[in-house]
Amino acid sequence: MLNPDSVGRTFAGTDVITISQSEIDAFCAVIGETETEIAPPTFTIRITLTQFEEILTQPEIGLDWSRLVHGDQKFEIFSPVKAGDGLTCAATIESYRVAAGSEIVTVRSDLQRAGELVISAWSTLVVRA
Amino acid sequence: MVNAGGARMMEVGAVLPEKVFYIDRELLKQYADASGDQNPIHQNEEFALSVGLPNVIAHGMLSMALVGKYVSDFAGGSAKVLEYGARFTKPVIVPVGEKVDLTVSATVSELGDDSISLTLSATSAGVKVLGMAKAVVRK
Repeated sequence: MLNPDSVGRTFAGTDVITISQSEIDAFCAVIGETETEIAPPTFTIRITLTQFEEILTQPEIGLDWSRLVHGDQKFEIFSPVKAGDGLTCAATIESYRVAAGSEIVTVRSDLQRAGELVISAWSTLVVRA
Repeated sequence: MVNAGGARMMEVGAVLPEKVFYIDRELLKQYADASGDQNPIHQNEEFALSVGLPNVIAHGMLSMALVGKYVSDFAGGSAKVLEYGARFTKPVIVPVGEKVDLTVSATVSELGDDSISLTLSATSAGVKVLGMAKAVVRK
């Protein structure tokens, strides 16, 4: 079970993640995108979900990632992502509830480039009963 | 496909052309590598069955990425996509050796001064796989 005290907490990632053209190219190839200068709208999910897993599975937070399903996902894109961008990711646990034994947690990811907000992404994650 | 420039004449309620993407096991492997999501339910049939799934299922985010391509094409490029969200209602089931469809269409739901809002539809084998799917693109 998720520790309810963690709701509202923000976990600021200190690592700068540098986006490479080859990562963008690989993502574009999957969806048949030939314009590879700009990352596709959902590209940064790889950064976001990796950080969510690191944070939410810490013993003090306590989410069981192995029974997790993705409920919904939303992106607000303020500035397009390109190769060479150095992004930091801050994750905030926005809400948590238990319904029919399943845990439902909403987490927001704010990606910044040199202090400028680039993308906010919301993930609702469900740990099945 | 119509781009956002051509879409300026559009009205709320206009239906955009349908596009069909195809998903097979090879694409799931390719998406797993590109996204870093190596959950075995998307690649290993034995594992998928062991956790109560009917078969290997596609990553929800793969469906969202493909619908995102539809949105980018409409907008005239990924740089024009401002908002995009969806709920994962049903899985896309991908049996071995098969190419399953992801059929995408959209309706113009709102026209702003600088933006166009779309309500998106995505089905596979006739089943709605994304709910509440919406995007906002810059004109």
